[in-house]
Parts: sequence; C-alpha cells; structure tokens
Amino acid sequence: MKRAMLSMAILVAGTVTATAAEIAPNDVVFNDGAVETPLTDKPGDPAAGRKVVGTKSLGNCVACHQVSEMSDVPFHGEIGPSLDGAGDRYTEAELRAIIADAKKVFPDTVMPSFYKTGPYIRPGKAFTGKAPDGPLPPLLSAQQIEDVVAYLKTLKE
Amino acid sequence: MKKRVTLKGAAAAAMATAVFAAGTSVLAEQDPTVKEMVVNGEEVMTVVADPQPGVSELDKLYDGWLFRSEETQALQMDDFENPGMIFVEQAEEMWNTVEGSEGKSCASCHGDPSSMKGVRATYPKMSPSLGKLATIEMEVNNCRENRMGAEPWKYTGGKMTAMNALITLQSRGMPVDVKVDDAVRANWEHGKELYYARTGQLELSCANCHEQHYGERIRADMLSQGQINGFPAYRLKNGKLNSVHARFKGCVRDTRAETYKPGSQAFIDLELYVATRGNGLSVTGPSVRN
Repeated sequence: MKRAMLSMAILVAGTVTATAAEIAPNDVVFNDGAVETPLTDKPGDPAAGRKVVGTKSLGNCVACHQVSEMSDVPFHGEIGPSLDGAGDRYTEAELRAIIADAKKVFPDTVMPSFYKTGPYIRPGKAFTGKAPDGPLPPLLSAQQIEDVVAYLKTLKE
Repeated sequence: MKKRVTLKGAAAAAMATAVFAAGTSVLAEQDPTVKEMVVNGEEVMTVVADPQPGVSELDKLYDGWLFRSEETQALQMDDFENPGMIFVEQAEEMWNTVEGSEGKSCASCHGDPSSMKGVRATYPKMSPSLGKLATIEMEVNNCRENRMGAEPWKYTGGKMTAMNALITLQSRGMPVDVKVDDAVRANWEHGKELYYARTGQLELSCANCHEQHYGERIRADMLSQGQINGFPAYRLKNGKLNSVHARFKGCVRDTRAETYKPGSQAFIDLELYVATRGNGLSVTGPSVRN
C-alpha cells in the first residue's frame, strides 16, 4: 500500500512536471514573428537538433533546405532558402517561431507547420493515405523544436 | 548540381536573396533546359508551349520529360528502349481478345487501335453515352460492362493502364486539347479548387510544388510542372505503367493526407483541370519517368 502510494505520488509529480515544462501547440504565443518563451524548460540540444534536421523520418528539413555544414547527409533540396547563416540572420525567438509555425511569420510559405495540431484539410495517418485514428500530434515535439532551434543557432556565416 | 544560368533564374535568385534578407522567404520556380524531343528519330513533340488563356496559371508549359536526366530522356525517345511499350504490346493483344457475354472484343466495334487517334488528346470530356464527364478509364469500363458484357477492370490496374497506353499512343504528337465548356465547367472549377487546396498535415497543394517550385529539387527529386500529357508513365521506380489517378493518389498521400480514391469524382475533376492546364503540349505517353 505504501509502495503503491509512493509510485502514485511519483506518477502525479511526473505528470505535473511534464505539463509545467511544455507549452502546448495552441498555447504558443507568436509576437511579431517571434516566440520568446522556449516551448520546454530543458535547453535545446544542438546535436539532437542536427539529427532532426537531417533525418527523413524526423524533421527532414534537408528535403527543402540546403545546409553546408551537413555535407554528410546526401541530397539537399532547393525549395526553401539555404539554412547557412540562419543563426546570424534570425534571433532565437524568430527561429522558434519559424520552425513551430512558419505560416505565422511568412503567411504564404509552403513550409509545413511543425508545431501545430490542426485544423487541416483531409488530415491523414502519416504517409499511409488513410484517415487518422484520432487527433494528430504535431509533426515535431516541443523538445525537438527546441533542439532544432539550438542547432540552427550554431549556423553562422 | 547544375544550375541553369538564365536571365530569369538569375533575376529570381537575386530577388529571392533581397527579399529573404528583408525577412520574407520567396523563391521562384526555375525553367528547365529546353531541348527537342524527337521520338524514333522522326516524331517531333511539342514539349514547350504557351498556356491557353484562362485555364492555366503558368507562364509557360513544360513537358515533364524536360525535367528528367538525359538517360531517362533517351529511353523515351526510342520505342525499342521505352519499357512502357511492352505494356502497349500486351494491350494490343487484349484489344483483339473476345471477352464477356456478347462475344466481342474491342476490335469487334472499333476495328484497328488507330481508330482511337485523337481520343487521348480530348479526354476527360463529357461522354455522350455516359451522360457525364468521363475519363478514358470510364469509357473502357463502359464498353466492357455495357457492350461486351465483361467484368470491369480495376481503375488503376495493369490491364486498364496498359489499354490506356495503347489508346494514348494513337494520339502521340497531337496537341492536348481538352475543352472547358459549360457542360463541364462546374467539374473544372471543382478540380481547380482541389488543385489549390493545401491538404494533409504538411498542408501542401499541387500548386505549392508544381506551380511555385518546378525545376527545383525536393531532396533528390526534381519537381516538374506535374503535367499529365505523358501519362500513362512508366516509372523506373516501380517498373510499371502508372495512371494519372494513381499518381494523384501518391502525391496527396505524400502530403500526409487522407487521399481520394482513384476513379472518384474528386480525381476525375482534378484530372480535367490538370489536363486543361497543359493544353497545347503534345500527347507524349507512354512516357518514362523516375
């Protein structure tokens, strides 16, 4: 009984921590093309962010953007601007806004909104072509967004 | 990777840089290197054309062939090298095969496949016998079910797509001339709406890639204008002929969307819009693509 109580306490504490640490997609505050408040209270990890940027099943940013620093990853796209020097051109808050929901910064951009849960036109279950089973999670998690921001900050001219 | 140095490309790049520095991101489409497509050393195809006013938002029409590698282009210029022709041969056999309760083949009513000359250039269109906007696939199944008394073929199946290729080949070199008249205008408007709808979790429309960014690479693939004058298309990727609706489905799926079904009204209407958007290019199918 005592043990059960203890695990419950840990569970509750864990839940509370997770909730407190993350800003949900709909609660992100965009102000003049910037999101000042980090989406999590754990600082972004540039190495983890680099992986998200270069991995097809994660952010797959290189599908559209060229990054000179990432020459180990083949076939960079040319749909969006090069990410070289992104850390010089934009502040951390601007980078966070663009990655979380680029349409809030550049209304006509073709760039997907990575921290958004809808509404969508004909949302599907990943790349199956089928209807989703339930509400869709954002394309990237709050922590992944912070990791990508941390990585992009390292891209200096 | 090779970048074309054209005035338009250079100006667009300069503009993009300037605009980008100011804080918005606008990169323009890139025109492909224009070359001549001559099939079997004698049939000259129109692979660049001016759009028909009022039905296309493009400045210039480019056959998807122009966006492919020289090796792939060469395959399409020689019928002995074009793998799509194997399926055309199979379809010729089917054309002459009696099937169904009425004891008929395609040839029983239509004679030689060359009687289909011009058909592919004008479809989809209002079908007198079906009384609605029809694709070639719908006409084939109409014949099979109502004239031959045979089982319909699967819309994007191998037999259907091969037969479509045989029919398409009869119009090769003719300009696509799909009509937008009052009878199909509502369908066309619906198709256009679908063309610009940003579907799925990636919120991408057909236009986002094939109008705004053709000639640019998405990962290793170069985006074309998404013209359908070359369909059915033999894809090196899957080693078979691919129909227009199968390609539509693949594209919509890739936006992380719930797709429409091949043969659905949505895709029929979308095919009408996309076909008219390429009016003026030659029918070039069966084509060879990545």
